[in-house]
Amino acid sequence: MESVECTDSTGGRPVRGGSPDRGRVRLWHIVTGGVLLVLSAFGSLFVGVAEVTPWGLLHADSAAVLVFLESRVPRLLAILLAGMGMSVAGLVMMHITRNRFVSPSTAGTTESASLGVLVATLFAGSEAVFVKMGVAVVFALAGTFLFLVILRRLTFSDMILAPLVGIMFGAVIGSVTTFFAYRADLLQTLATWTSGDFSGVLRGRYELLWLAGAVTLLGYLYADRFTVAGMGRSFSINLGVAYDRIVNTGLVLVAVITAVVVVTVGDIPFLGLIVPNLVTIVLGDNLRRILPVTALTGAFFVLICDVIGRLIRFPYEIPVATVVGVVGAGVFLALVLRNRNRTA
Amino acid sequence: MIQIDHVTKRYGETTVVDDVCLSIPKGGVTSIIGANGAGKSTLLSIVSRLLPSDSGSVTVDGLDVATTPSGKLARRLAVLRQENHMSVRLTVRELVAFGRFPHSGGRLTSHDLDLVDEAIGYFELTDLADRHLDQLSGGQRQRAYVAMVLCQDTDYVLLDEPLNNLDMRHSVQMMRRLRRMADEFAKTVVLVVHDINFASCHSDTIVAMKNGKVIAQGDTAAMMSPDVLREVYDLDIDVHDLSGHRIGVYFS
Ligand SMILES: Nc1ncnc2c1ncn2[C@@H]1O[C@H](COP(=O)(O)OP(=O)(O)OP(=O)(O)O)[C@@H](O)[C@H]1O
Ligand SMILES: [Mg+2]
Repeated sequence: MESVECTDSTGGRPVRGGSPDRGRVRLWHIVTGGVLLVLSAFGSLFVGVAEVTPWGLLHADSAAVLVFLESRVPRLLAILLAGMGMSVAGLVMMHITRNRFVSPSTAGTTESASLGVLVATLFAGSEAVFVKMGVAVVFALAGTFLFLVILRRLTFSDMILAPLVGIMFGAVIGSVTTFFAYRADLLQTLATWTSGDFSGVLRGRYELLWLAGAVTLLGYLYADRFTVAGMGRSFSINLGVAYDRIVNTGLVLVAVITAVVVVTVGDIPFLGLIVPNLVTIVLGDNLRRILPVTALTGAFFVLICDVIGRLIRFPYEIPVATVVGVVGAGVFLALVLRNRNRTA
Repeated sequence: MIQIDHVTKRYGETTVVDDVCLSIPKGGVTSIIGANGAGKSTLLSIVSRLLPSDSGSVTVDGLDVATTPSGKLARRLAVLRQENHMSVRLTVRELVAFGRFPHSGGRLTSHDLDLVDEAIGYFELTDLADRHLDQLSGGQRQRAYVAMVLCQDTDYVLLDEPLNNLDMRHSVQMMRRLRRMADEFAKTVVLVVHDINFASCHSDTIVAMKNGKVIAQGDTAAMMSPDVLREVYDLDIDVHDLSGHRIGVYFS
């Protein structure tokens, strides 16, 4: 018998798809990313209307120091915390719903949180920050839960329909919010929650975001269980993970982070969708490995978008939500099309 | 021992598992056979707590599967379903390593890593270990799933059609592995198989199901008879003694 064989140019060694190193997070990746982030973060501190330079700070230019400590540093911290929080929230959500297009922006979570803030403002006044946050968390949870119930009812196979339903659901809640805000003459105030913007961040006005940071960190402790939940109910039960409990834990985590971000800086649309998707496409879905990378990438992404917003019409600012929205919509479209091509 | 006591499962009006009583002794390989829709997978899912029963109870070593904490059971019993769809993108090694999760909770010891490497090696997945699951063929993926479940290193292993998608050589290797687990490590292996000859060559006991009921059960030699098989499959099957095994011939 004659053997039919195709020899390849690599000297007879079997050719493997992709290099074995692909998808590995190496220490130098994290270190490089970290250094880049620190450099950009440092640079961002000196971008703004008021003239603040490292030189001025060293020479104790008191006006510059004031701007630096009261505005620039808080703004940077807010950017980093919100960026990490929303990206990790999106990552967790995509695992517990087993759909990579479900995120706080595509499941009615942010819209529900805004409605909650409005309700709290109507009944408790605009100064009660903790009340606003608490009510926003409850609304975000309830809204997301409702969306998941709807999702379970509609058993369709197409992954892309879920976020569309979620966006519609969010739009319905958004219109309810707008209606009541209009009635109460709060439309202007509403805009501060629905459109994320870091320009109003000052010392004393962003500290709630540390809570989002803490919850993000907590998410890391659950990383393996979220990954197992992503494998589905049967695998979870087999591995001894209480599936429903871990899904609910994830939902609470997502609701808290989203509510805090909405209350303090406003909604940053699609952030929780694009960052986790970009990271998982390259690195896979093992949360223990990719959660820190997602957090770093999210922080970096928001930082860059915010700096772009500060520079593009200098000395005026474009809200970060607009920049992220424009970039995000493009990336989202690319992801959907990519997915179409892969499944087709 | 697995003790199944008057277990019933209904979907609407249809009873798919009908008052089944069965005990599976500790140690050894038990094969469950039966036609499509006989209720094999449903029964296996109930035993492995993936599905609640409507009535009756299942105990494993005296632990009621419906009430025992899932984490505790996961160190004693492992299960793989007939069909598995995994949307998370994990590498083969990551997946297999998750088999150790019930024992180590994500912090893998060197013992865990040894088990992972051994399972990956046995199922000939070493070259594929860093590939994502969605980059594997159907049979390779099935081997990865089984490797994960065996990595759990539990006393009881329940596998629903583990030979799905496997070629002949890998099927035989899989069955030999299960046999060895029972012989050398006193594991209890319960599997659903469609190929009666694999059941005949590698199992100690065969359980036959039909229309939700267990209609026959016994040691392999007794069960491999034309009369029993006709009753189970409504098909005439010649049984021959070949190289020390009872082999059913039903191809023509
Ligand atoms: N979710 C469900 N709803 C309604 N009927 C179901 C459901 N799941 C299974 N059934 C029915 O229960 C019966 C038993 O199903 P089961 O999956 O246990 O069969 P099986 O013996 O494993 O068959 P196969 O050899 O094809 O895997 C079948 O008739 C099936 O149609
Ligand atoms: Mg079945």
